[in-house]
Amino acid sequence: MGLETKYNKDEILLSNAPIGSRLQVVRLVSKGLVRRRMMDLGLVPNTLIEVMRKSPLGDPTLYNIKGALIALREEESKLIVVREIM
Amino acid sequence: MGLTCESVGVNILKEKFNLQCNNELVIALAGNPNVGKSTVFNALTGLKQHTGNWPGKTVANARGCYIYKDRRFVLMDLPGTYSLLAHSVEEQVARDFICFARPHVTIVVTDATCLERNLNLVLQVMELTDNVVVCVNLMDEAKRKGISININALEKELGVPVVATVARKGQGLEELMKRVYNVATRIEKMKAKKIIYSEEVEKVVAKLVPRIDRILKGKMDPRWVALRLIDGDDSILDSIKEYIYDGKSSSGKSEVKNKNEWYGEV
Amino acid sequence: MNGMEKFNQLKSISYDIKISGYRRLQDSIVKDINTNAETIAKRVVKDKRSTKLNFDKKIDDLLTSKLFGFPIMIMLLSVVFWITIAGANYPSSILAKVFLWFEGKLTQVFMMVGTPEWLHGALVLGMYRTLAWVVSVMLPPMAIFFPLFTLLEDLGYLPRVAFNLDKLFKKAGAHGKQALTMCMGFGCNAAGVTACRIIESPRERLIATLTNNFVPCNGRFPTLIALASIFVGGAVTSQYSSIVASLFVTLLVVLSIVITLVVSWFLTKTLLRGVPSSFALELPPYRKPQIGRIIYTSLIDRAIFVLGRAVAVAAPAGLIIWLLANITIGNMSMLNHAAAFLNPLGKAIGLDGFILMAFVLGLPANEIVIPILIMSYMSTGAMLELESLTEMKQLFVENGWTWLTALNVILFSLFHYPCGTTLWTIRKECRSIKWTILSALIPTAVGIIVCLIVAQGARLLGLV
Repeated sequence: MGLETKYNKDEILLSNAPIGSRLQVVRLVSKGLVRRRMMDLGLVPNTLIEVMRKSPLGDPTLYNIKGALIALREEESKLIVVREIM
Repeated sequence: MGLTCESVGVNILKEKFNLQCNNELVIALAGNPNVGKSTVFNALTGLKQHTGNWPGKTVANARGCYIYKDRRFVLMDLPGTYSLLAHSVEEQVARDFICFARPHVTIVVTDATCLERNLNLVLQVMELTDNVVVCVNLMDEAKRKGISININALEKELGVPVVATVARKGQGLEELMKRVYNVATRIEKMKAKKIIYSEEVEKVVAKLVPRIDRILKGKMDPRWVALRLIDGDDSILDSIKEYIYDGKSSSGKSEVKNKNEWYGEV
Repeated sequence: MNGMEKFNQLKSISYDIKISGYRRLQDSIVKDINTNAETIAKRVVKDKRSTKLNFDKKIDDLLTSKLFGFPIMIMLLSVVFWITIAGANYPSSILAKVFLWFEGKLTQVFMMVGTPEWLHGALVLGMYRTLAWVVSVMLPPMAIFFPLFTLLEDLGYLPRVAFNLDKLFKKAGAHGKQALTMCMGFGCNAAGVTACRIIESPRERLIATLTNNFVPCNGRFPTLIALASIFVGGAVTSQYSSIVASLFVTLLVVLSIVITLVVSWFLTKTLLRGVPSSFALELPPYRKPQIGRIIYTSLIDRAIFVLGRAVAVAAPAGLIIWLLANITIGNMSMLNHAAAFLNPLGKAIGLDGFILMAFVLGLPANEIVIPILIMSYMSTGAMLELESLTEMKQLFVENGWTWLTALNVILFSLFHYPCGTTLWTIRKECRSIKWTILSALIPTAVGIIVCLIVAQGARLLGLV
């Protein structure tokens, strides 16, 4: 899928973002239906995300996306490129 | 994909034909999951449908009635969805009902504590129909969290009636019924604000609209159909075939067949 | 121009769009909708949210914490069972006394009008007694358990359970929402199967459907609770008995979840191969529960419904059992013939012929398995008044039960084919006879294997 290509320095994958960090969506790497579902959840470029917590077993992770708490598995969160905001 | 299994699509139409004969006003109830949609439904109809607090709980669709100012209103509870872009069966069911069964009014229930994400659905419903009443529910929780919403300003922004409610305490429901009545009986004539798309999208839409309109001849809003086609949503073609061009002979059978293939391929 | 032509024209427009590469505008459309919503929201919403930790976050810190998340789940479950078991005892015995008193009156009336012995036997000793048992043993625990369960549901705890357990389900190749449908199964497996619609991927929905029956539904909880109370709780001093019994029931629930995961995993490796689809679960905000609504729905919608079904099925079943027990072929009743036929298999898995037959006849509704068993035993052995759980234990022991029999009945009750209603729902939901049959075969096979291992193991080790 070429996940490792075209990164800017400050861009990371959502799956690597630490708990408590505030991020902004840069782009989605996913395709097809998964991509559309993500967009339905409000995951479009510029959307703000806060990483809330991890499940007791380490996965999934809970995110605050536009005021709703949404849990995503690592398989999905690594398809979202984000930028940390201060 | 077709309308699968127990999705109400087919029933809706049956009901639609039955309902249209009567003097009843058909109201659709749309909204994101977990915004208290079922609570609004129960409060209006007096039904005691159970409403748990988990996403996707409305798996079977409910229908109820209420009477306001001597008119009978039939309320259809649509599945809770984030959008109408038909990425799931629920979304398709909700879209097809609003689009083809053409309820007199569609109430969109929204959560005051996260209005922005709920407005997505409101705007999409308003693309389909002018006859929308927005219900901003859970006002008490929003207040508790320090969120305030300017209802009048929202009404002006959207161009449709907006009512603030606390459904489980029954607050605002009288006003909601009144505005629904007004819109249904055309006492209030609304002009729902349409979404403005980026220049590139609008350019393509403008090119497609005359072509589509020549085919559909006012049966559907060509702009909306154009947007769906650009969006790559071919389920709208199936639905148009089924609901407008009387494709029911094939759809009934293919539905069952689909379902078997569906399980056969796993 | 007819409809079909018009439709084909629309189709060609769609094709043109694809060819011209306009599909690249897809993202732009969704993004524009979002931007419009954002703009409007900015103009009308004033968010003065305080920066201090809000209430929901604090609760989530606890309920989904790495350290306390699982212990709290187990504890909540045990507490719910403990309240149910401890609280149901007293009303149960009062109800039983009332029914017994009324049975005396009924018998008097029957004698007064000179009803023949067999009719009195069939109606009073057969039907009425079964009904009385079902109501007095099942109603109190349901009246306590249902509202408590509904309370957890209303608060928004179930999605947190799904969040906590998701990794296990992912490892089993199943969808995260299966945890939600599983929780609904605790209420009623048929409802759980219907709830499987929330899972979009057909493969994962089918896994959730096929395994829903592994968690005990409310029709089976009274059986589990009653047997746990008398054979497990009864083994310790009375002051701890309800605590021990509730811990045991909790253990059973954990076991049922483990089996659910194992079978799901097995299915993904065999019949339903595939990788988990995308998963997004929304955790709703905690809501103040509506106590009145909870009591109304859990008592009227659930308890009365389940009880009504039990009564509707148990009454004719009581009659049939009584007839089977009193019509003789050769020198044995039909009931005994059937039980004798099933006995070898029953014995092998630690049960007996009567128990197996009770499960067979209990197909319409799980809640009548124990009543049928009681009727079968009573019609062959001593007729005794079943006033309380103690007498029930006595009856079972007289019929050769040991703790191992009780354990195997509990295990088989957990793992066997779904009830008739659930099977019918599965058939309706997946529209496939094949999967419906499998949904009955899989749990039954698991039950027979588990019981076989437990029974033979215990015998080999000389525990019985």
